[in-house]
Amino acid sequence: MIEWRAIILTLKLAFVVCSVLLVIGTPIALWLSFTRWRWKFLVESIVALPLVLPPTVLGFYVLVALGSNSPIGRWYRGLTGHGLPFTFEGLAIASVLYSLPFVVQPMVASFSQVDRNLINASSILGASRLRTLFRIVIPLSVGGIITGVVLCFSHTLGEFGVVLMVGGNIPGVTETVSIAIYDNVQALNYATANKMALLLMGFSFITLSITYAINRKAWAIWPGHR
Amino acid sequence: MAGAEITRREESAALSVRIVRRVSPDFSLEAAFDAPAGFTMLLGTSGCGKTTLLNCIAGLLAPDSGRIALGSRPLFDSASRVNVPVAERHLGYLFQNLALFPHLTIEQNIHYGIAKLPAAERRERTSALLESFRIAHLLKSKPNRISGGERQRAALARSLVTDPSFLLLDEPLSALDQATKATIIDDLRAWNATHRIPILYVTHSPEEAFALGEHVVVLDAGRVVASGMPQDVLRAPRQETIAQIVGFENVFDAVVASLDEREGTMLCRLGLGGRELEVPLSRTDVGARVRIAIRAGDIIIAAERPSGLSARNSFTGRIISIRQEGVTVIVTVESGVEFEVHITPAACQELHLETGKRIWLVIKTYSCNLVESKRPD
Repeated sequence: MIEWRAIILTLKLAFVVCSVLLVIGTPIALWLSFTRWRWKFLVESIVALPLVLPPTVLGFYVLVALGSNSPIGRWYRGLTGHGLPFTFEGLAIASVLYSLPFVVQPMVASFSQVDRNLINASSILGASRLRTLFRIVIPLSVGGIITGVVLCFSHTLGEFGVVLMVGGNIPGVTETVSIAIYDNVQALNYATANKMALLLMGFSFITLSITYAINRKAWAIWPGHR
Repeated sequence: MAGAEITRREESAALSVRIVRRVSPDFSLEAAFDAPAGFTMLLGTSGCGKTTLLNCIAGLLAPDSGRIALGSRPLFDSASRVNVPVAERHLGYLFQNLALFPHLTIEQNIHYGIAKLPAAERRERTSALLESFRIAHLLKSKPNRISGGERQRAALARSLVTDPSFLLLDEPLSALDQATKATIIDDLRAWNATHRIPILYVTHSPEEAFALGEHVVVLDAGRVVASGMPQDVLRAPRQETIAQIVGFENVFDAVVASLDEREGTMLCRLGLGGRELEVPLSRTDVGARVRIAIRAGDIIIAAERPSGLSARNSFTGRIISIRQEGVTVIVTVESGVEFEVHITPAACQELHLETGKRIWLVIKTYSCNLVESKRPD
C-alpha cells in the first residue's frame, strides 16, 4: 500500500526548503556574484561543501549543532518547549543546508553573466540598487533561478542520509518517501516499494521536464541576451 | 530617484575635470580639461585611458584624487570628500555596446529613467523626442528586433529623455555606416541647440573629432597633450604624438637650410633627395633637425607647371600609386621623398591621373607644420 502520508510530507518538505532557499540563497548568490572581497573563495567553499560531504557527515554535524546541548538547541527549546532533532523543523533546517549549493551555484552563474554595462546603465538612469536588482538583474537571470529551484526540489525529494541522521523515521513527522521505500524493502514489501519508487521517479521526471520547458521558453524570449 | 526632478542648471555650466587615477603600476590617468556646453571631442588611440576617464566622470570609478565639477556643483572632490553616487549625478552615458535592456521593449527602455514622473508628463517628454529621432514606430519592439542605427537612436533617446546635465558618448557610432552616423549626429546637434549641455564624445578617429567637435581634447598615455578649438589643435601640433594622433599623413625629417627672418619663413631640406620646402619660421638654427607634418588634403596636384600662385612650394613628382577609399582618392607621389595626397574622384578624373604620370605638387608655406622631434634616446 502506498504511504501517501510519506509522499505528502516529502512534497511539503521540498516546498518549504525551496521557499527558504529562494529567500536566503538569492542574497548569498548576489553577494558572491558582485563582491570584490579577496577572501570570497572561502565562502564559496563553504557553500559548496554539501556537494562533496557524505550526507551522514553533514547530518551528524547538523544533529550535534541542533541538539539540546548546543546553544541553538537550547535557544530553540526555550522558545518552543521541545528540541529540534527528530522534528519536521529540524529536518527542514538540515535539508536547507544540504541543498544550498544546488540553489546558489546556478544563481551565481546567471547573475555573473548579466552584462555589467546594463547594471551601470540602470544606475546612470537614476535607479536605486533595489530597482536595478528587480528590474534588470533578476529578470535577466530567470533561467538560473528556475534551474536552482528545480535542482533543490528534486534533490530534497530524493534525500536519504541527512533525513535519517537528523529526522529519524517518525511516520507523519519525518518519514519521507525515500525512507519509506527503504523500510518497505527491508520488510520485503517489494511491490509497495516499487510503486512508491515509480511514483517518485515519475514525479521527478515530470517536474524536471516542465521546468526545463519553461526555462527554454524563458531564454527564447531574450535570445539577444548572451 | 534624482533623475526625476528637473534640476534647472545654470546656462552652459561647463564640466571641469582635474583627476588622477592609477590604472596599473606603470600607467596612470592624469587628466585636466574643461568641457563647455557643446561637443567636446576626446581623441586618443586605444589604451590611452579614454574609457577609464569616462567611468570616473560618470562615477562608476572613483579617481584617486582630484575634482570633477559641473559648473559650481562638485561631483567628486577628494579634498572635501565629495563623491556623488552615480544615480544622483544626473548624466547621460552612451556605452559602446549601448546597454539597452534586452528584456524590455524600446518604450520600457526609454521610460526606465523617468519612471517616477506622472504618466502624462512621461508621454509628453517622450513623444517629441521620439518624433525627432524617428523611432516612434518601434516602441513595442525588443532591442534585438531593430536595426543597428535604430538601436543607437533608442539608446540616445533613453539618455536624453531624462534631461541630463551632461552627456558622455563612448565611441557610440563606431559600428555604423557614414550616412547613418551623420544623421544621428545631426539629430543630437539639433537637440543640443536648445539644451546646451556639455557633450563629451570619445573617438579614435581624427576625422570625426575635427568634423564634429567645437572643442578637441587629445589624450595620450593617460595625459591631455592638447586641447582647444579644432583648428588650433589641428594646425599647431607641437609634439610628434599629437601629430600622429591628429592624423598628418606626411611627416618628414628635415634639416634647416636657411632662415629668412624678414619673411618669417625658413627653408628645410628633406631627406637625401635635396628637396627643399619653405616653412614658417620657428626659433631654431641653421642645421637643426626638425620634423615637418603636412596633411594629405592640404597638398594640391597640378597637371602642368602652375603659375601665378601664392603658394611658395611647387615642384614636380611622379605618381607611384593611386587608390580610392570611400570618397577619397589617395595618390602617392615620388619627388625625392614620398608624398601622400588626398583628392576627390572628380579631380582625379579631370586631371587624367595615372600611375607613372609626371605632375606638379603645390604646398602652401602655412600648410607645413613644424613638429618638435622626440629626442633620440
